[in-house]
Amino acid sequence: MTESGAGAETEPEAGTRRAAIELDGTDTVVTVLEDAEAGDVVGDDGALELTESVPFGHKVALVDHEPGDEIRKYGEVIGVATESIEPGEWVHTHNCDSARGKAEGRR
Amino acid sequence: MDTFDGYRRPDGRIGVRNIVAVVPLSVAVSAVATQIAGEGPERAHATPHQLSADAPDATLEQTRRILEGVATNPNVAGAVLVELGTERVDGEGIADAVAAAGRPVERLSVRECGGTAAAVETGVELVDDLAAETADARRESADVSELVLAVECGGSDATSGLAANPSVGNACDRLVDAGGTATFSETPEFIGAEHILAERCADSEVREKLLAYVDRREAAAELMGADLRGAQPSPGNQEGGLTTIEEKSLGAISKGGTTPIQDIVPYGSELPVGGGLVLMDTPGYDIESVTGKVAGGAQIAIFTTGRGSTTGNPIAPVIKVCGNPQTWDRMASNMDVNASTVVAGDDLEAVGERIYETVLETANGRPTAAEVRGLREFAINELQPNELGYFDGDGIGDGEEVSRS
Repeated sequence: MTESGAGAETEPEAGTRRAAIELDGTDTVVTVLEDAEAGDVVGDDGALELTESVPFGHKVALVDHEPGDEIRKYGEVIGVATESIEPGEWVHTHNCDSARGKAEGRR
Repeated sequence: MDTFDGYRRPDGRIGVRNIVAVVPLSVAVSAVATQIAGEGPERAHATPHQLSADAPDATLEQTRRILEGVATNPNVAGAVLVELGTERVDGEGIADAVAAAGRPVERLSVRECGGTAAAVETGVELVDDLAAETADARRESADVSELVLAVECGGSDATSGLAANPSVGNACDRLVDAGGTATFSETPEFIGAEHILAERCADSEVREKLLAYVDRREAAAELMGADLRGAQPSPGNQEGGLTTIEEKSLGAISKGGTTPIQDIVPYGSELPVGGGLVLMDTPGYDIESVTGKVAGGAQIAIFTTGRGSTTGNPIAPVIKVCGNPQTWDRMASNMDVNASTVVAGDDLEAVGERIYETVLETANGRPTAAEVRGLREFAINELQPNELGYFDGDGIGDGEEVSRS
């Protein structure tokens, strides 16, 4: 479990570091721990730049995902990508879908 | 050795509250029961619900099991069973069970009283008498291992799996280590995490049973003509950052801690004392789920929330644990423990210990936020006719051998 430092208290600017948490080394997303804007950075080394705004508690892609790729959090599969997702993009219901509890395609 | 002062019942169980329960047998008298409790002493609490006077057998049986469990919960000092007088549910059987548990019980029929006004008047007298009779119930020191602790989550968001749930899980581990019982439920929220739960089952029989329950909840959702995606995660969960049921489940299961799963029991069935971690098969609707565990004998519930649930229960004190710092800032007056500090890096163990201490204080009689505010939400999961094919006679939870088809 790694965690980056909290952002500045003042008006955020592009490049502002935002707290985020990666729950397992195999995860393909991180969870941001404060509201973040496009251009903000997350990660210990500030290596990941957000390409769009992401609200508190929501997820950001760490790696490239092709449609059908597994999305991992907690070291487990939480769903599959429904479209291409690039690092720094917001990952949510618009580009990630459950593989479970569906009327069609059940195990 | 951690202890608390509780109410020893004649059947040997220990309560943490001394409640006179006013239990309606059907929706026809739910309002009457609420009125009786409202006009009675503070210790009188009603359990209004929606069961009709007549219903399919399996529906009647499930609701009967809940009503009996609620009326015999260790927190109940005595009970008044209210009926219209035309109900098919077995009121006499429930009254017998309450008497067998050593608690005074009275039955009240609106038809025999000659209407609701007379029934409320008589009901208030009965409640007053029961309250007087049970006012000096013996309080004695009991070991924490006699506690059955229900764990629930509602209004989940992304902080639930990061802060509130793992903190409560730590408190559950402490109780189980001390010899008590912790129980969590909401089977739809095992979906996507059942492989982790399965690995933690005490033996293969429990594992098969757990997987069969999960299969059935998933299949039942299909039967309704909709898949789970419409309801799980809920729109509120999604706004809070939860994208899929798998993600919600993986965060949800951490609230039970890390000890082996000793068993999984049907909705509202008796939970063992000193049983370790035991799961219950319940729907995902939090109020119905808490009711099921209280009917199973849980004396206290812990309820985690990210988005800000405020609900309580008429029979068991509900401890609210909040994991979202923004929600804590806005709604602290409805919360009992702030776990949101974990999001900023606070020690999970320390917060877990605080939650465990709050459980002991609550067992000792300190009112929770929901109790102070008179919040006593109650609902019974009622089997609908189109569910019966899945929930009746399939061998799951009725003592017969379980098979996965």
